[in-house]
Amino acid sequence: MPAPAPDLTDPLARLLAEYAVPPGVADELLDAQGRMRPVWAPFLRLVAGESAEGLARRFARGDQYLGDAGVFFRQYSGPQPERAWPLSHIPVLLAEAEWQTITAALAERADLLEAVMADLYGPGKLVEAGLLPAELVAGNPHWLRPLVGVQPASGHFLHLLAFEIGRNPDGTWFVLGDRTQAPSGAGFALENRMATARAFPDPGLRRHVRRLAGYFRAFGQHVEGLARAGGGGAAILTPGVNTDTYFEHAYIARYLGMMLLEGEDLTVRDGQVLVRTVSGLRPLSVLWRRLDSEWADPLELRESSQIGTPGLVSALRDGGLILMNALGAGVLETRALLAFLPKISEALHDRPLAMPSIATWWCGQESERAYVEAEAGRMMIGPALSTALPFDTADGTGPGDRWATPATRTARLAAEGARLVGQEAVSLSTTPVHDGTRLVPRPMTVRVFAARTPDGWVFMPGGYARIGRSGDATALAMQRGGSVADVWIMAEAEVAEDSILDAAPLSRQRDVLVLPSRAADNLYWLGRYVERTEGAVRLTRAYHLRLAETGDRDERRVALLGEAMWAAGLSPAEPVPQGLIAQVEAARSCAGKVRDRFSPDGWAALRELSQTAARLAPQTDPGDDAARKMGLLLRTLAGFSGLVQDNMYRFTGWRFLRLGRSLERALGTAQFLAALTAPGQPMGALDAAIELGDSVLTHQRRYRAEPRRETVLDLLALDGKNPRSILFQLGVLAEVVADLPDPGEPTRRTPITHKLLRLRTDLEVATPGELTPDRLREIAAKLQALHHLVGQAYF
Amino acid sequence: MLYDVRLRIDYGYATPADGGRTLLRIMPPTLTGAQEVLAASVGIDPAPDERRERTDFFGNALTEIAFRQPLDHLRLTLRARLRRRAEPDRLDLSPQVAGLAAEIAGTGLEPLSPRHFLGASDRVRPTREMTDWARAQVRDDMSALEALVALSSALNAEMRFDPGATDAGTRPEDAFAARHGVCQDFSHVLIACLRGLGMPAGYVSGLLRTEPPPGQPRLEGADAMHAWVMAWCGTELGWVGHDPTNACFAGTDHLVIARGRDYADIAPVRGWLRIAGAQSSGQAVDVLPVGA
Repeated sequence: MPAPAPDLTDPLARLLAEYAVPPGVADELLDAQGRMRPVWAPFLRLVAGESAEGLARRFARGDQYLGDAGVFFRQYSGPQPERAWPLSHIPVLLAEAEWQTITAALAERADLLEAVMADLYGPGKLVEAGLLPAELVAGNPHWLRPLVGVQPASGHFLHLLAFEIGRNPDGTWFVLGDRTQAPSGAGFALENRMATARAFPDPGLRRHVRRLAGYFRAFGQHVEGLARAGGGGAAILTPGVNTDTYFEHAYIARYLGMMLLEGEDLTVRDGQVLVRTVSGLRPLSVLWRRLDSEWADPLELRESSQIGTPGLVSALRDGGLILMNALGAGVLETRALLAFLPKISEALHDRPLAMPSIATWWCGQESERAYVEAEAGRMMIGPALSTALPFDTADGTGPGDRWATPATRTARLAAEGARLVGQEAVSLSTTPVHDGTRLVPRPMTVRVFAARTPDGWVFMPGGYARIGRSGDATALAMQRGGSVADVWIMAEAEVAEDSILDAAPLSRQRDVLVLPSRAADNLYWLGRYVERTEGAVRLTRAYHLRLAETGDRDERRVALLGEAMWAAGLSPAEPVPQGLIAQVEAARSCAGKVRDRFSPDGWAALRELSQTAARLAPQTDPGDDAARKMGLLLRTLAGFSGLVQDNMYRFTGWRFLRLGRSLERALGTAQFLAALTAPGQPMGALDAAIELGDSVLTHQRRYRAEPRRETVLDLLALDGKNPRSILFQLGVLAEVVADLPDPGEPTRRTPITHKLLRLRTDLEVATPGELTPDRLREIAAKLQALHHLVGQAYF
Repeated sequence: MLYDVRLRIDYGYATPADGGRTLLRIMPPTLTGAQEVLAASVGIDPAPDERRERTDFFGNALTEIAFRQPLDHLRLTLRARLRRRAEPDRLDLSPQVAGLAAEIAGTGLEPLSPRHFLGASDRVRPTREMTDWARAQVRDDMSALEALVALSSALNAEMRFDPGATDAGTRPEDAFAARHGVCQDFSHVLIACLRGLGMPAGYVSGLLRTEPPPGQPRLEGADAMHAWVMAWCGTELGWVGHDPTNACFAGTDHLVIARGRDYADIAPVRGWLRIAGAQSSGQAVDVLPVGA
């Protein structure tokens, strides 16, 4: 039946008329007859009724959210290592009835994968029975021999899965790939949802959209229950800040109230996995692994791994830890496995796959190889053992007709057959994307997340679709410019309010109080670097102010500060010294490693500081201009300090941050006082000291006279009321140290307390006259010793 | 031949090393028909805080130890009495190299299945240079066993034994390019060559008889742990040991300790210590015949 001619005065009809779906594919918005699917009607009416500017404003709100939340995606190449999250603002809408069919099929598939995993690491019957070729296992780098025979502590190998699914031209769904190793994206799905909700906050629209929070709550409760039963904590294991999805690891950790750990945070004793914390070793019961298996244990797996935990496999063998998912689960992602799943399903579960996989032929079999060769024109050919999705062409996968010339194809297929698979070059369904002026159809896949709970597999209702950059299905990969969209599962009835905040974690109180040593170390150094940056900025400013006054780099006061700059690793020749930028970067790097414990605002402030410093560097002149720019940096720094001081909850982590700042300030002050108050220094050295100590006004008001050695030392070393003085900072240190946790062995904190008390008492009774440069250097040395004691006790 | 064996491995640390976890594979196995362990013990000084014994995937005995306090030294000692039997002279019933694939096809995933010993493993990756060289040494009409001997002997002739030239981390392709190395390099290169031709090949660690029988030359590598190669020569012959460093079959002078795909699978000491200062290490081996 031909569709009636559209009424182009109706904005919705016009929108639909402009939306041209390519022939031969299904579309999410339009059904096979070219009619809008009913679930889209309210949403599309809203989009159609919106002006171009109105839509742009909506999209900008979504982007603003992502920017403020600091959502980023790390890419491996290109000028910017971190790329803004590529959100396509138009969600994909699916009817709930269809979704239920999808998830029922995927639940069956999840159980099948569990059974395959149990066999590959257990009796090996699939290979024995000829259901799976032995070479796909024996030659598979993801089949980890040390794990063979290791039973998972919870009784299950798989806990968290993701399935990449696509829609056939006939409207049915198929699986492009199973993600079993360490599926990513669930946290980004939450951010997709938050950002899309900013763009389309209209309550009428959202009333029928299934909420995501329930999924996380169900999984969080399950983890919490397992942890409680095991008597230890629950944590997420991340490869660290250099991984492309680190943001998500930090985000989920914060969201679910789980510790975010790296391999070196863990240690193994007598078959039990323990976390190194500032309160000593604490047992761990559940670990959600976001680290690929091969890297998890340098002792039994990849020996070169620097990010693993020696003995982890041994602990698993002892049943001392529930790992989600079990090590070695990556083998299930092997492309060639898809060719054998249908028969395995029949053999193990007595029924065909509830949702078919992408058609796959392993070229290690003669007839399959012949078929792939004959049909090369509609195949993608690539490595059999690859775990990449079919459209990921980075691993040498390519269209069959271009993969080799017809002349060489036969020979290559014959020679390398067992290492190759052919996969049908699929036609994915399209979904609307807004290109700035209108809706255009783009290919898409949906990522479906599943979590095991005591009540069976629970599925996240939507949240994540990948959208191609162009009509070409291979452009789906994010590294190649693809984008991501929210997926709305549209319920028939209205959905109960279930805010994301309601899914707040249960275990927040217990776990967050336990601070891993590495996190404490990073917070401590963050404090030190930020303070050191401030010192460097003040010093640079003081230098350029003098330079502006005298215009002579060799003038004695200018030269004196120049020397102090050299001593601090700053070049006076550079108006914004590289050494200063390096300090900011060091601070940012420390902050980046503890993002789960850090407010997005604080992170944004540091990022701004680093961007400003880098931007100013090439466009600043020596002298007055440099001094002014330093003032700008100081104000940005003050913004960060204010956020930390006023807004950060006084968890143990804050104390380590404070400890680092106070220690660095006391140390820096002792050092510049030793240099600038030495006898024989030129006129103006004392003025510079007061300026570096940010106490110009205080000095004027307190002494109403030109600075003398005694007044400067009194104010900057001995005045207990001046936050810039050494004594004041020793007071802060004493307070902070008193509140630090007991590091497992009480005897390790005692020397810190003693040393601090002695130093403080010394200064309390000292007179300015006694504070010779030698004495000040001695104080600096004692502060250094204190630093070492803190490191020994806690990191 | 009956042997008394003593192996001592010493580590010294200038600054005490942080306690760590270490896997030891120094306990010899009993191999039906070839090697029989009558008595054996592994001593560890200082005594570790944790110690457990098990076998790995390939069936090698493995001792896992852990220390909680810093160490200034670590001494590992193996004492054993074992009997090594000469393997009976066998007819060469191995197929041609090209015929191996059909026989491999009939095997499964059991620990010493030839399937595990093909292609790349952690330390060994066949490269075109090594495969091309290997192809040039082997004639099409050679049996698998003949190919093994030909390759091992040719390598022995071309590569120079040089204890100073490589270390435990040297890649086989680099040792091959420079044509020098120690038993580990000889073995890794031979494994890469064999696998490049489609022959399953593995790494054997072990010990050599210290003093040769009267009238025979002392074997290279007798004063420390040694390594050689095992190659799978078909269903009939199975695994055959050959020593590329000495260009001989692994016979009654070769005592087996562990078998795996390459060194990474069966390193005698695979450990994890945080070391700040200098480290020294030494090995002492005595393999003395005490009877027939």
